[in-house]
Amino acid sequence: MEIGLVELSRMQFALTAMYHFLFVPLTLGLSILVAIMETVYVMTNRPIWRQMTKFWGTLFGINFVLGVATGITMEFQFGMNWSYYSHYVGDIFGAPLAIEGLMAFFLEATFVGLFFFGWDKLSKVQHMVVAWLVAIGSNFSALWILIANGWMQNPVGAEFNPDTMRMEMTSFFDVLFNEVAQAKFVHTVSAGYVTASVFVLGVSALYLIQNKHKDLARRSIAVASAFGLAAALSVVVLGDESGYSASHTQKMKLAAIEAMWETHDAPAPFTAIGFPDQEARETHYAVEIPWAMGLIGTRSLTQEIPGINDLVAESEVKIRDGLIAYDALMTIREQREATPSEVRETFEAHSDNLGYALLLKQYVDDPRDATDAQIKMAADDTVPGVAPLFWAFRIMVALGFSFIAVMAYFFYRASFRQMQFPRWSLYAAVAIIPTPWIAAELGWFVAEFGRQPWTVDGVLPTALSASHLSIADLLITLAGFLIFYSVLFVIEVSLMVKYIRKGPFQDVEETDAWQERHESRLRSETPAPTLAATPAE
Amino acid sequence: MILFELIEYDILRVIWWALLGVLLIGFALTDGFDMGVGALLPFVARTDVERRVAINTVGPVWEGNQVWFILGGGAIFAAWPPLYAVSFSGFYLAMFVVLAAFIVRPVAFKYRSKREDAAWRTRWDWALFAGGAVPALLFGVAVGNVLLGVPFYLTEDLMPMYPGNFAIKFVGLLHPFALLAGVVSLSMLLMHGAAWLSLKAEGIVAERARAIGVKAGMVAAAGYALAGLWLAVGVDGFALGEVAANGPSNPLYSDVTRGGSWLSAYAARPWIAVAPILGFVGIALAVLGLKAGREVSTLLWSKMGILGIISSVGLTMFPFILPSTLDPNSSLTVWDASSSHQTLFIMLICTAIFMPLILMYTAWVYKVLWGKVTEEQVTDNADTVY
Repeated sequence: MEIGLVELSRMQFALTAMYHFLFVPLTLGLSILVAIMETVYVMTNRPIWRQMTKFWGTLFGINFVLGVATGITMEFQFGMNWSYYSHYVGDIFGAPLAIEGLMAFFLEATFVGLFFFGWDKLSKVQHMVVAWLVAIGSNFSALWILIANGWMQNPVGAEFNPDTMRMEMTSFFDVLFNEVAQAKFVHTVSAGYVTASVFVLGVSALYLIQNKHKDLARRSIAVASAFGLAAALSVVVLGDESGYSASHTQKMKLAAIEAMWETHDAPAPFTAIGFPDQEARETHYAVEIPWAMGLIGTRSLTQEIPGINDLVAESEVKIRDGLIAYDALMTIREQREATPSEVRETFEAHSDNLGYALLLKQYVDDPRDATDAQIKMAADDTVPGVAPLFWAFRIMVALGFSFIAVMAYFFYRASFRQMQFPRWSLYAAVAIIPTPWIAAELGWFVAEFGRQPWTVDGVLPTALSASHLSIADLLITLAGFLIFYSVLFVIEVSLMVKYIRKGPFQDVEETDAWQERHESRLRSETPAPTLAATPAE
Repeated sequence: MILFELIEYDILRVIWWALLGVLLIGFALTDGFDMGVGALLPFVARTDVERRVAINTVGPVWEGNQVWFILGGGAIFAAWPPLYAVSFSGFYLAMFVVLAAFIVRPVAFKYRSKREDAAWRTRWDWALFAGGAVPALLFGVAVGNVLLGVPFYLTEDLMPMYPGNFAIKFVGLLHPFALLAGVVSLSMLLMHGAAWLSLKAEGIVAERARAIGVKAGMVAAAGYALAGLWLAVGVDGFALGEVAANGPSNPLYSDVTRGGSWLSAYAARPWIAVAPILGFVGIALAVLGLKAGREVSTLLWSKMGILGIISSVGLTMFPFILPSTLDPNSSLTVWDASSSHQTLFIMLICTAIFMPLILMYTAWVYKVLWGKVTEEQVTDNADTVY
């Protein structure tokens, strides 16, 4: 029963989180692209840029609202389904979530209404500022969420308080400037920028294929490919940074991604392709690139990267050490203020590994009663599923590099070939629209599945974190979310398609008038005074 | 970092208890009228244009208003982690219904007018109705259950437990007293929504809203009075024994007994009577204002009424936040359910920086959007408004 409950809770979290992240990347990237387009409009006054802002803004709005709606589930689900987690680390984990609301979400949500409703109520510059505030709010939102998530991967700036039976913050600055969080933030928002760029590129390519809205499509491709190229490079570089920080913060995750069973002499090779076998603890048919892993992981030729087998042995040592802390904790709990100071000192000396002792709770009620065999089993549990991580990671990386190629190609054609795009490239651009979402979801899978069996690495096992609900509770809500989210997904996609078909709202008269004035200005060198006025808003 | 020692732990706890109230009240005052307008929608607006007028009165602001709810969740998590853990998992299925309402509502606002199809629009109108009425009712039911006490206990590991069958637990929330509290909160927000529509809409929509708002206000006042009487005679209160000053946040360290009345707080701290007085006076003036057709002042009186009612609950229960019926010692109080000293301090600094900014730019947005939503505006800008 217990196992079933935890697994159902995990399934529900995975479902709602991955669904939420279908909408987030597009919000992150499109908000900035729209703000850029509006800035060009304010600077040049050309009506086409306002049409672009409004058109992409409409698609942004359809997507944004589902990102917001499904984000609500995330904010409350920790308490609903992960109540022990919420109690155990809320002192640290809750803070970035609350600050996200205060600093970021209020900003984006308050101004997004004005973005859509304020066209006639604000000056051009004011409206542009509003667009930027929405974009900044969305991106700050991601910052705080990733600080929270980064802490789950690398729990710095906190220690266990035996009186309150939970982790408590010791340094807010360590939590804030957690290297894992910082690398993850840039990696994640860049992935969002790539997603939006591929989306804008694909939709624009479709228009060029269909021979309509060509002005809008060409300009959109120019913006998206430039922005997308920078973003695609940033994703890969910061992805590498994440890998580097994992080599000293999450060794097991790194070893599992690489299917590195044994510690290799430095510098370790990178297994490009192979078939990891978790039972036998070896990788069949491995194709290795010498030195690459050592260089990526440690940025040196001499440092070793520990393999899975050595890390399991290390886990066993940590479990036994954690048991000393657990024993002291039980004494503190019984005697409270009367606890002898030696016991508290013992606890503090070993409390870093308390989480490892908690891994035994799956097998025995009191970890101190665990047999050697159970300790071995718990140590083996610290290895996540290797094959899914191995493959998910490789597909993500391959997609990441392909985005650089795609964006570079379109950037080149847009900048140096008069925006002439061969037909095959346009079809390809339409076909790859879904791929950044695949890459993003795989990225989250690697980050979260790779952290198992922990919710907070080395601190709290996933199996302990879940709420004590009934299976029926979980089945009802899981079914509810599945049905509800599927319906919303169909509605969202159908509206997107409808508005893409409909295309931008073009005021032909206005555009023609602008064109005429513009051309006459070019012809006469010095514009006539009446034409110098900015085109009608 | 030793800076946080500047403010004593217990004082920070009381500040955060008050801020919890500020967030809940902020939510009720802003998103409250959105929910009220949603719940009123089928009754105040019959034709499509009328409905679009009603929807567009909240169209540009509901999204920002809803953040009060989300920030409420985040702030409870950060400042009162045990409350976040126990209440949301304890009210699991009810929370799921609230979430469903809060998910469907944004989508309904945004998507309703994106197709001409009348059946499509009617479906979303009902979604807006449910998305407003259901949470408005359930929040009251939740508050009623908190006053009654919640059947949970904490293990020695501080793991929250809720024994019993899921269906019985869900139905158990629907105690008559809790339902009465639900009626109070629903009618209070209907009144608030009516006051908003009276200010932002015109013609028949505003007229119908005022008529319903008057009745809703009377129901709210009567229900609130009845709930007070019920508390006096039919609901057991809780009492807290001695607690160490600035003690650790471990709910099991305190000694709680059940019995007596919540209302004994009014004998111990007579000044708190100001909250229910504000509640009654605010509602009465709002009802009179709706009858007379006054606009701005009515909305302000309605806000005062809501402020009085919500704060009266918190002040009556102080220092209790979430009492437990199964094991009173597991009850969560201001003194034993907060975050650590340091976290409370840091969060206070963040709130002191950002809350004034939020209030400032929110006020600016309302100022830009000032004025009535008319039928012409809606039909002329069919592409940009909802």
